[in-house]
Amino acid sequence: MNRQIVQLFGLCLLLFTLLIAGTSWWTVVGNSDLRANEDNRRRLIEQQQVPRGLILARDGTVLAKSEPRGKGLQRTFTRTYPTGPLFSHTVGYSFVSVGQAGLEQSRNDDLTGQQSEFGTLFSELQGRAQEGKDVTTTLDPEAQRIAQQALGGQNGSVVAIEPQTGRVRVMVSIPEFDANEISRTGKIASFNRATQSSYPPGSTFKVVTAAAALDSGKFNPDSVVDGSSPRTISGAPLMNSGGADFGPITLTEALTNSVNTVWAQVGEQIGPGTLLKYMNRFGFNSDPKLDFPDDQMLASGVRNSKGNLVRRDGGFDIGRVSIGQGGEEGQIQVTPLQMALVASAVGNKGKLMRPRLIEKVVDKDGRVTDRIEPEEQEQVISEESAAELAGMMNNVVQEGTGTAAALTGIDVAGKTGTAEVDNATSNQAWFIAFAPVENPKMAIAVTVERTSGQGGTVAAPIAKQVLEALIG
Amino acid sequence: MSARSRELLGLIPVSLLVSAGFAAVLVNRAEQPDATLTYGLVFLGLCVFAHLFIRARLPEADPYLFPLAALLAAFGLVVIYRIDAELAREQAQWFVIGLALFCATVVFLRDHHVLERYRYLIAAAGIALLVMPRLPGIGSQVNGAFLAVKVGPVQFQPAEFAKIAIIVFLASYLRDTGDVLVRGSLKPVSIPRQAVIYAVPLAIVLGLGLLLELGPAVIVLLLVFVVSLVAVLRERPSLKHFGPLLLIWGLAMFMLLVIRDLGSSLMFFGGFLALLYVATARLSLIGVGATMFLGGSIFLANTTGHVQDRIDIWLHPFDKNAPDGAGQITQSLFAQADGGLFGRGLGQSLLELPKQFAPNCTVPFPECGSVLPAPHTDFIYAVIVSDLGLFGAAGVVLCYLLLCARGFKTALVASDGFSKLLAAGLTSVFALQVFVIVGGVTKVIPLTGVTLPFVSYGGSSIVANMVLLALLLIVSDSARRDSERVGQGGLV
Repeated sequence: MNRQIVQLFGLCLLLFTLLIAGTSWWTVVGNSDLRANEDNRRRLIEQQQVPRGLILARDGTVLAKSEPRGKGLQRTFTRTYPTGPLFSHTVGYSFVSVGQAGLEQSRNDDLTGQQSEFGTLFSELQGRAQEGKDVTTTLDPEAQRIAQQALGGQNGSVVAIEPQTGRVRVMVSIPEFDANEISRTGKIASFNRATQSSYPPGSTFKVVTAAAALDSGKFNPDSVVDGSSPRTISGAPLMNSGGADFGPITLTEALTNSVNTVWAQVGEQIGPGTLLKYMNRFGFNSDPKLDFPDDQMLASGVRNSKGNLVRRDGGFDIGRVSIGQGGEEGQIQVTPLQMALVASAVGNKGKLMRPRLIEKVVDKDGRVTDRIEPEEQEQVISEESAAELAGMMNNVVQEGTGTAAALTGIDVAGKTGTAEVDNATSNQAWFIAFAPVENPKMAIAVTVERTSGQGGTVAAPIAKQVLEALIG
Repeated sequence: MSARSRELLGLIPVSLLVSAGFAAVLVNRAEQPDATLTYGLVFLGLCVFAHLFIRARLPEADPYLFPLAALLAAFGLVVIYRIDAELAREQAQWFVIGLALFCATVVFLRDHHVLERYRYLIAAAGIALLVMPRLPGIGSQVNGAFLAVKVGPVQFQPAEFAKIAIIVFLASYLRDTGDVLVRGSLKPVSIPRQAVIYAVPLAIVLGLGLLLELGPAVIVLLLVFVVSLVAVLRERPSLKHFGPLLLIWGLAMFMLLVIRDLGSSLMFFGGFLALLYVATARLSLIGVGATMFLGGSIFLANTTGHVQDRIDIWLHPFDKNAPDGAGQITQSLFAQADGGLFGRGLGQSLLELPKQFAPNCTVPFPECGSVLPAPHTDFIYAVIVSDLGLFGAAGVVLCYLLLCARGFKTALVASDGFSKLLAAGLTSVFALQVFVIVGGVTKVIPLTGVTLPFVSYGGSSIVANMVLLALLLIVSDSARRDSERVGQGGLV
């Protein structure tokens, strides 16, 4: 019998090893998956017992704060948003019932005062309770409100960025929602059009094509291209807006009047490889490098009918993509944030600054624990090409399609866009701009969904109002 | 050093653990160490008393069994105290009652061989205990399983006691019949003949399986069954002695069907197979038994929703449309993930929900308002992992392993068949209980509700396991006395 008893103990040893293996699996190997599981509300519940830090606008306006409920060990904190719907898309929300979004999510560790293992140990020894830090954003409530009102309830978005620093000053997305309502209704209806939408950019994309054309050295602002209409592009006839026939014109004139056939030919001549190279430098084809949750940002680029990015040289209709449209293989689709970054890079002498929403993080003792400095993301085009393109865009506002955005005493460089949607029954209106042309303080992208108007008539006046508020 | 002095030394870690554990919980609560520290002292006093009692009545018994059990009980007390102070007080009372029954067992059962005389009575009592929860009026259902008996204010889980009764019966029965069930030596059979004996039934089963389009799992099960059955039949066993064994299988199936509890059924049948193997050394018997159990379980799983749900939950707990109750295992895994390597500290992991998250509670914590369901009973292991991490939990499992090692050691040194089988059986069923609940909580096997011996909150569990411990110590004491006698005889 003894042999069997020893074997039985061997089996027992094996089974218990299995138990340790099981425990190891959940505690060490698979634990990050479990912590990230959407059904796992442990972290959120715990965080309700810590006062979260404030989220502030750049002028100190409180955008999010925590209010205590209950007493003693039962005390919890609930988030409220004093500015209501104004910043809900950007600031986001943090509730146990629905989880987190926006800056509340991407800056969660700062807001809850999460520390490293050693930091926790140290503050425990000092007998300090965990405290959240305050996060100061780059957002401007005044300009935000003006942009919100300028959209006048139409679905769309406004994004304004400081070209020289990358600070995002305005980020509006309509329709809005009120994060305060979530805790009552338990419903979320947040879709941040500024960072998540996939809009056709229309002619604003010609700025990207022009940047590639000038910087690759194949063209200059005075290069002459035949602007007659229609012209055969990729085997199909392409028309100018309203069928206008311009004949041979310079690129400056072609941008000023947004001549489709010229820019389609320019695109064909520089080729898809060159266009993709410059798109990538502007930040297309990857998530924006913004301190914002990944799942609430979308990469801009050529997308096929399945919604996948087409990044292959020659994988799309280069002529039509160059003017902000596309063919069967894929359409160019963008976020307002990306188009604001295009304007920003051209304005800042061809240098794209990394966009950011956070200015600094300050702990409860007033110490700045994190200050975000301006950071170069990419030299997209040379200073000379940028200056040439700025001049061309300035012409658009002075005498072209974008005159509605002209400011008194300040030179504005811009580009309109009008993309036909819903089988050409309505338009996606666009305007991107930066100003002043010589030393740009602000870059902006405005878009309005499903309007009967044009980029120059609908979006440009909105851009004007917001630019006035930010620079004036 | 004498065995008993080693036992006393073994209680030192227990005292350290009790003091450190309570202190840790108290520091975290920032409460005054009022009466609670005296609980620890009382607990230690009880342990020393038990030690003195063993010294007097069972001087030769294994010196490590009791300290290991006390260590686990002390640990359980600390963890329960961390969950709820009132529950810890009750658990301490149950520990006292368990200790009383421990002493009573030792006093009244001077020689465990007495049990052999009453084996059928004990078997009947065991079965009666198992059926009790199904009786109208006193039975009560928990989580779809009939495990508890409620008489007035007292509630207990008879399965905890039944496991001891069944093992005593099996040890006694198999001691007698183990030799008859199989034959000592077999005539070697020529290879072609062997091929015919095994291949023909195998081919028939395979053909039938393919013809009836059975699933691969079922076919493999059938094949193992047939091979084992042929191997058993080759020994031309006395069929009448298999009657009670079939009865045990029937009982296990009955438990699945009527008690609706896979966990205790697995525990009993596993204990039975372990004893069968120790008694006969025939893997073929185990093959027949295990396949019959698995086959029966699969059949029942397909016919009763309760078992099927448990298995679905086990396989896909994170599914959006997982059956009700999947939240238990996912919460258990979330709690363990929080623990990580070192845990969050005793009493520091999230367990009690703030009021706003549990607004509809009519019963107090931990029955309601706990992130983790049943943190003090079924899921106490998850609380341990969450608080003390992988290392703390591994320590607990190691304690169980050491306890089992001492139990099997007792079986090894025992001189007669009954003692060997009894010690091995009790240890096996104890080990299986640990495996079933810890395996369930860590998703190694489907979750079923049994208690974690000595650690979980619950009167039946602690009392029954104290009796189990007493039996092991009695066997150990008599075994060591015998061997000493033999040793001295050898000298003379």
